[in-house]
Amino acid sequence: MRTADLTTALILMAGGLLVIWDSVRLGVGWGTDGPQSGFFPFWLAVFLLASCAIIGAQAWRRTKGAPFVTREQLKPVLITLLPSAGFVILIQFLGLYVATAVFIGFYMRWIGRYGWVPVILLAVLFPVLTFVVFEKWFLVPMPKGPLETWLGY
Amino acid sequence: MGWENLLLGFQVALQPNNLALAVLGITLGTIIGVLPGLGGANGVAILLPLTFSMNPTSAIILLTSLYWGALFGGAITSILFNIPGEPWSVATTFDGYPMARQGRGGEALTAAFTSSFVGALFSVVLITLFAPLLAEIALKFGPPEFFAIQLLTFSSFIGLGGGNPIKSLVSILIGFILASAGLDIVTGQLRLTFGITELMKGFDFIVAVIGLFGIGEILLSVEEGLSFRGISAHINPKVVWQTWKTLPRYYRTFVRSAFIGFWMGFKPGGATPASFMSYAFAKRFSKNPEGFGKGELEGVVAPETAAHAAGGASLLPMITLGIPGSPTAAVMLGGLIIWGLQPGPMLFKEKPEFVWGLIASMYTGNVIGVAMVLAFVPLFAAILRIPFPILTPIIVAVCAVGSYAVHDSMVDIWYMLLFGVIGYVFKKLDYPLAPLVLALVLGDLAENALRQSLIMSQGSLLILFQRPISGVISAVALLFFALPVINPYVRRARAGKRPVEVATRHDD
Repeated sequence: MRTADLTTALILMAGGLLVIWDSVRLGVGWGTDGPQSGFFPFWLAVFLLASCAIIGAQAWRRTKGAPFVTREQLKPVLITLLPSAGFVILIQFLGLYVATAVFIGFYMRWIGRYGWVPVILLAVLFPVLTFVVFEKWFLVPMPKGPLETWLGY
Repeated sequence: MGWENLLLGFQVALQPNNLALAVLGITLGTIIGVLPGLGGANGVAILLPLTFSMNPTSAIILLTSLYWGALFGGAITSILFNIPGEPWSVATTFDGYPMARQGRGGEALTAAFTSSFVGALFSVVLITLFAPLLAEIALKFGPPEFFAIQLLTFSSFIGLGGGNPIKSLVSILIGFILASAGLDIVTGQLRLTFGITELMKGFDFIVAVIGLFGIGEILLSVEEGLSFRGISAHINPKVVWQTWKTLPRYYRTFVRSAFIGFWMGFKPGGATPASFMSYAFAKRFSKNPEGFGKGELEGVVAPETAAHAAGGASLLPMITLGIPGSPTAAVMLGGLIIWGLQPGPMLFKEKPEFVWGLIASMYTGNVIGVAMVLAFVPLFAAILRIPFPILTPIIVAVCAVGSYAVHDSMVDIWYMLLFGVIGYVFKKLDYPLAPLVLALVLGDLAENALRQSLIMSQGSLLILFQRPISGVISAVALLFFALPVINPYVRRARAGKRPVEVATRHDD
């Protein structure tokens, strides 16, 4: 926990410095018609730096406690996060509906170890349902890929 | 105060299509409330794009019904599965789960739903009475007053939120900084974009809500293992009737909890402390305090009444001042802007049918809601028995759909994933997420109010204290900011005399 707390504080402080740098470029003082663009973010970042310094100091003084995440905990998190990231990448090439089908199918088969029948059934039905609700009923377009083009949408 | 206005509202809310939307909203909301990783705020966020083509009144009725449904759904998971779906349901598990284990789950659920209904109704009546008055006062507000109210909003997270106040402050600052990224509409300059075109349009808080609460929550719940074990409850008209017969006995608890809920709830982050506080009070004033924690009906009544009174009350500042009291209210506020309405006190004058339709729908929504959850509890509880490997990809996919639909933008899905990781890390390190979201929503408003105030005073911050209304509000805000520093001294001075020890988490 201590290491994670320190790291987060440091990352946030780096972000704060970046904000200050950009704010100074925009001007942090009084322009012709009121405060300049950088005024508000500048002071926010100053307070952020100060607060993170305190959090860092608090964490520094603490003794090393329980780990941020154990190996047993990290595994289920990663097998959720990494396929999700893969899903987002797939959306760009296959469109959202096909990517959803692949994602659900993969997850149910690989992690859930379901038989092919329920896997294929759900992986096809759910995207089709989403398609009907969003594209047809509510006219909200989703990213589409080669399959939808081939089907004429 | 016009009853004709409320009547007008009921005419809107009782239209068949609006009633149908309320039923739909409550069904979806209860499902969302039961599902891990989906709660009121991101449920509303995901459905928001579907309302773009609706008329605003029907849209808000759908979304508020969803909100009530999510509140009801939280009670189901707390009692049958010992999993509080939302932080304010934690206190409900104390006695609700033991009751379910003793085979009194039906009783506990009936009490929980009825209490929720009473609490919400109490708030709605108060909103009906006070919202027009508050809006009338707010019409006279200038930029300093609005900035002062923003200060008060955020100071209450720090002063009353519990947890580490500095981490709350950091969350608020991050939210404001993210809000300022993109085009500055006043000067026309680009801020914090570092020459990257994608950053030009800034960060949308709806995407942040879906990522922080949706994806982040999923990651947290898979971490704790991949299955839920629940107790099935038998609920039938007889159980409901018998529980209802015993409930009037607790009228004091109802009244006390409803007041605590409303009082805490119209301030941000109030629902969770309100539920704990009213649980503690109920235990203290009970004739049977040692039964608490082992399955006491009153221990379910108290937190549920308070949490729902608070949930209703959080809509009060949203409709009167245009300042949301909770992340869910914030998402609804975002909806108002998208539907082309200007949130704030002028709504009462310009769109009475919208405001009063919304208020009337809170009555109808709660009546429909309590009837529906009582009738269909087993169905809703069955949702949690859907195995994780099926639920997880579906929830992630639904989140992606919701994020994309806000701006038809692929980058937003990536932001969603990023916010998910941030949400997971922050939750584990006890950084509260609600203040971050609220700051992200209110960022532009707060900055403009501050800018205009400073222009009025030619650069002096003292203007916040020189006008009577903003002076009082700013002073209270400063007091709240100072509370974490003052509190240890006060506590030492009255050592051991504190009446109620209130454990709080604060991300509702």
